[in-house]
Parts: sequence; structure tokens; C-alpha cells
Amino acid sequence: MQRNIMLLGMILLSFSVFSQEDLDEVKITKKQKGIKKSYTLTANTSVITSKELLKAACCNLAESFETNPSIDVNFSDALTGTKQIKMLGLTSPYLMITEENIPSVRGASQAYGLSFTPGTWIESVQITKGAGSVINGYESISGQINTELLKPLNDVPFFLNAYGSTDARFELNTQFNKKLSDKWATSLFVHGNARVAKNDMNDDGFLDNPLGKQINVLNRYQYYNPESGLVSFINFRYMNDKKQTGEVAFDKDVDRGTTNHWGSEINTERFDVSTKIGYVFPDMPYQSIGFQNAFNSHKQESYYGLNLYDIKQNSFYSNLIFNSIINNTMHKFTTGLNFTYDQYQEFVNVNDYSRIDNSVGAFFEYTYDNTDNFSLILGGRVDNHNRLGFFVTPRLHMRYNPWKNGVVRFSAGRGKRSANIFAENQQLFASSRTFSILDTNGKIYGLNPEIAWNYGVSFSQKFRIFNKNAEAGFDFYRTDFQNQAVVDLMQSAQDVLFYNLKGSSFANSFQFEFNYELIHNLNLRTAYKYYDIQTDYLRGTFQRPLQAKHRFLGNLEYETQLNNGKQWKFDYTLNWSGKQQLPYTATNPTEDQFPDFSPSYAVMNAQVTRVFSPVFEVYVGGENIGNYKQKKAILGAEDPFGPNFDASIAYAPIFGQMYYAGLRFKIK
Amino acid sequence: MRNLILIAIMSVLGFTAQAQKKNKNLKYTTEVNGNCEQCKKRIEKAAYAVPGIKTANWDISSHQLTVILNEEKTSPKDLNAAIAKAGHDTKEIKATQTDYDNLHSCCKYDREL
Repeated sequence: MQRNIMLLGMILLSFSVFSQEDLDEVKITKKQKGIKKSYTLTANTSVITSKELLKAACCNLAESFETNPSIDVNFSDALTGTKQIKMLGLTSPYLMITEENIPSVRGASQAYGLSFTPGTWIESVQITKGAGSVINGYESISGQINTELLKPLNDVPFFLNAYGSTDARFELNTQFNKKLSDKWATSLFVHGNARVAKNDMNDDGFLDNPLGKQINVLNRYQYYNPESGLVSFINFRYMNDKKQTGEVAFDKDVDRGTTNHWGSEINTERFDVSTKIGYVFPDMPYQSIGFQNAFNSHKQESYYGLNLYDIKQNSFYSNLIFNSIINNTMHKFTTGLNFTYDQYQEFVNVNDYSRIDNSVGAFFEYTYDNTDNFSLILGGRVDNHNRLGFFVTPRLHMRYNPWKNGVVRFSAGRGKRSANIFAENQQLFASSRTFSILDTNGKIYGLNPEIAWNYGVSFSQKFRIFNKNAEAGFDFYRTDFQNQAVVDLMQSAQDVLFYNLKGSSFANSFQFEFNYELIHNLNLRTAYKYYDIQTDYLRGTFQRPLQAKHRFLGNLEYETQLNNGKQWKFDYTLNWSGKQQLPYTATNPTEDQFPDFSPSYAVMNAQVTRVFSPVFEVYVGGENIGNYKQKKAILGAEDPFGPNFDASIAYAPIFGQMYYAGLRFKIK
Repeated sequence: MRNLILIAIMSVLGFTAQAQKKNKNLKYTTEVNGNCEQCKKRIEKAAYAVPGIKTANWDISSHQLTVILNEEKTSPKDLNAAIAKAGHDTKEIKATQTDYDNLHSCCKYDREL
């Protein structure tokens, strides 16, 4: 009897255990957001997920920020067809751009580097506003952008993306993935794109966007062994990109080096090898060692009319990182060593600017987190560079949650870099401007290194209005240049002057952001940005040319409920740009002058995606649907070898509306 | 003489006890009673306040507190005592009624009697 009761008891108990398990089975699946903002990270970092990347027309990293408030994307200019980005009103040379934490867009690749990473390779992008971490280097001034590529161990076996647009651009992405064993996996990514037809919508005799061909291949291997704590990545990459632009009538085989027709070719070949080894101590998950090494060779051969520009950069980068704790995980630290070697062969017409740069540095970064509402990261590094000298780089980030769903952040830091004045400003070769470097005593093209301090505060708050999620926030950042390699387009339309800053130069940026879920699955994202970027030029103090003082971004996204794997997704983006200071052109005859300021304008993009199943989806969209075009794209277009020619002043889209369609196919 | 032998034996024993290596990175898991995000913060804070606790994580759904501790500085018992002192019952040591009563209302978990 007693035994029977016990048995009954056991059965009852096991039932209750079972029912508990059933309860646990109820899963709440949270929808992935396009842009994730953390309320617990110390730095002001937002993460763009692969979902957000699918919103834009395509195609490469430079084009993936169009729906992002932190980064301003300019339309692609006529000359290069690449979109330039700005953060806090400063161009990409002032950002640290890394790929899986290895500096990627720097030196020779500064102008076009972002367009050399296809969008379909990207897993996520982390954008940090302000000073940033000291771990990867001393160069970042206004922010850091880190791209994570798809990881071989959790990628799908096969992915295909095809794209075509009315501006005659075609893209094909084929991606293969294979698990070699339970610890090894490999991916092979092949990207090709081409623009095959000549477009001249504004009938000025010049192409609105360049003809181009690119082949880009990445083969990577990942090793992961959870028992031993060893992880590793090995990457091999080859890229070849060819662009041709200029007059429609230009024939590169006949007209190169002549004044028959104005034309330009930019040919780039790049090879990368990188390795990473990481070790996590098995009984101490908070302690690890990482060792990264990267070699790359970047060769650009180009001419812009009669201006010749060739640059080749061989780089080696090495970074040894040790992570651990002091007493407990409330006090963490990261320390290590960097080594960088850059060999440049650079030729501007007949001038040889070849040089070798190298630096060694040591860094230490301390992180305090009270596990509740406050954290700080205090970092510093010392570097010895053959041109920049011996110097210290301090950085500080703080975060405080004063109340629920609110976060206040503060950051401050110093950055120092050598400006690659020709590589960074090479669009100016497409003009009749005379290049003059007014200083001779510095170690970088005669100029001194650029040094700037950046300070920022930000606040974000999440709340509910009418029972829907809302978020509002603002931030203010200031960059103060102690020295700058000033690029002066304010003196004369026939000159570009480079000199060390005399006087003051600063960039203030203010951003207000408001996001709201209007109705279920319909999300609105808005941002207003104010920039005040002033530099003392020889002729006086001006706003930095081609920078709008006021900008507005609006983004609406709607998606239907997922039904048997089927779904519709709609996306609409509005970018409004206020008037911009234009380079000084009053030295030209009246017909070849620009006013002091450009008009304001808006660009609208929209896209519709139809998901047929987890395997197959199709998308169509339009860019610049309002068909806004810069009225006069090129000064002196009728006499491209005359004194007034300038194809570098692009403040608005040159090409009007553009429509595209594409498909994505994957095997899971 | 006998005392001397005793002392000798004791000291040898003591030495062997000393020689038994104390783990500087002992992974230890215990069950701690609590309800919410606020409890999580309090429990982890109490754990970190114990010298020798290197990392602490309390899982809200499973109620498991996982730590890595340095046995040269502390012991699982010290940890349990510190958590109980903060008002949270552990599998090993229960909190006093006063400490429990001091908890915020959202953290007043159901006590096993």
C-alpha cells in the first residue's frame, strides 16, 4: 500500500515536472531590428544588422548607410561612382574603418575602399560615434566603423544574389559554404559587378556615372574548438576594379594622354591575407589572448585627363591582444601591442612621393562596470611612428543609466594621423586646378600630422506613447583640430592649396532622433542633424565646402506578418539636405561660376521586397524617385583642357531617378 | 614525548592539507531564490562584494548563480552566506527574516518553508 502511494506520488511529481517543461516551451520570438542600439554598452555604438542592409538598393559597404542616422551618405559623384560617407560632418579619413577589427580602409584605399566590400558579404556593421577604442590604433577622430563578415561556421551552404538597374549596373554574388569537419568550415564568396552602358542624362557630354568592372573573391576558413578554447580565421582575398569616366566620346585606346577628349581611368588591384588566432582560457572564460596579422597590397593606376596618379601600398599590420580581469569581471582590462608597416610608391604626374611609414605601439584599456547602471572605459596608448614621432593617445567613454530605459553617455579622446592628401582628395585631379603644398618643413608631403580632440555627450530614452514603442535621443559632438592638413578650395577656382592649419578649425554636430512604431509593424525613424564645421582658410573663415548645415532623414518601414514563410516588406527613405557652402569659383567667367551656396534638395528612395519562401525573394526599388539633379555638374565642360574645367564639385545627384530589381536565393 | 609526536603528526597532516592545491578558478553553481531584474542586480552585486569572486552571473529563469571563485581567498560557503545576507535564500543558506523583509516588494520571492 505504502509503496503504491509512493509510486502515485512519483507519477504525480513527474507530471508536474513535465508540465513545467511544457511551460518553458512557450517561446517569444523577438523580431530582429534593423538598427540595434544598446542601453548598456559604454560607447555610443549602434549595430546595423544584415536585415537593415537589405533595405538599400545594394550593393557595397559605402551604400549600406543610407537609412542610418549616424552616418551621412552623399550621392555617388559623377567621376568615381562611389558614395562618400561622413560622420559628425567629417569625411571617412577621420574615421577608423576596420573589417573584423583589422584596419581596412586607410592610406591608398581611402577614396574607394568602402566600395570594395560587397554588401552580401556583411553580417553586421558596428558604428561608434566619437573617440572610440584605442585597441585598433590612434587614427580615429570622429568615429569607428567595424564590419563583421559572414562567419563560415554559421553561414548557409549556398547564396545567390543578382541585381540589375536602369543605370546599366549589374551585380552577381555567389557564395558557397562548406563544413569541413565539426571544427573547420570554409566560405568562398565571388562578387562581380559591371556598368556596361554610357549614361549622359544631363547632356553635358560627360558620363553621369563611370563604366566599371569589378571582380572580388574571398576565401576564408574558420576553426573553432570549444574544448581547447582555440579559435582561428584565415582569409584570402583578391579584388580587381576598373573604372572609366569622362566624356562620352572618349575612347581610352585612342584618346588617352591627348586633348582630343577628356577621359579618366581608375584601375585598382588588391590582394589581402589575414589571420587571427584566439585562445580563451578554458577555466577562465574572462581571460583570452588574440593575435591578428594582416598583409595587403593595394595598387591603383589612374589618370584624370592629363593628370597621372599612381599609388601602390604594401602594408603589414600585427596586433597582439590580452584580455583579463582585475579581481573580478567588474574590472576588466585589455592590453597589447600593435605594429604597422606601410610602403608607399606614389606618383603624382612626374613627382615621386614614395615613402615608408612604420609604427609600434602599446595600449592599455581599463573597463569598469558596476553591473548595474554605470560603466566606463579608460584607454591609452603610446606609439612611436617614423613620421608622427612619439606620442600618447588617451580616450575615455562613460555610460550612466539615470532611470529605466534612459542612458547618458560621454566620450572624449585624441586622434592623430598623417593625411594622404592626394589619395584622399583625388577627385580634385579631375579639374584644371594647380596643386600647391604651401608648407615644406613637415614630414608628410611637407605637412605636419593632423591632431584633433573629440568630445561628445548623448542621451537616449525609450518610452511608450499610445501603447506603442517610441524612442527619442540627442547627441552633441565637437571636434577641435590642433593641426589639420587644410585642403583649401576657397582661394581660387584654379588652385587647390594644402597647408598646415593657421588659426582654428572645428566641427560641431548636433543630432536629434525620434523613432516610433506608428502602427503594428510600421516603424518610423527620423533624425535631424545640424552641422557647424568651420575652418580658417587663407581668405577667411568658411564652412567646410560641400557640407550641409541642416540635414533631415526619414525612414518608414512596413512588413506584413510572416505567413508560411511568405512576406511583403516596404521601405521608404527621405534624405533632405540644406544649402551647402560651395568652393570659391568667382575667379572664373560668370558662366563657369557657382553661387556661394548650393540650393537645398531632397532625395527619396523606396523598395519593395517579396519573400516567397525562406529560400527565395525578389526586390524592386527606386533611388532618387523625385528625380533631383544638380543643374550644372561640370564647370567648363565645353573646354575640358581649359583653365575653368572642374568636375569635382558635386553637391547633389548627377544622375536622376534610377530603378532596380534583384533576387536572392539561398539553400539552407 | 607523546606531545612531540602528536605535534609532528599534526604538522605533517597540516602540510598535506596545505599541499592539496586550492583551485584559483573554481567554477561553482548554486541555486538562489529571486524573481526579477532587480534581484539579479542585487544578487550579483552581493557576489562581487565577496573578495575572491571573479565573475558572477545569475540566471533569472533557472535561478542558477554561476561564479568562478578563488579558493585561496574565499569558499562557496562564504558566497552563500553573503547572498543570504543580501536577503536571497540559497540552496545552502537561508536568509534571515529581517534581511528578507528588507527586500523591495518586487523581489519578495515565495519562500520554501
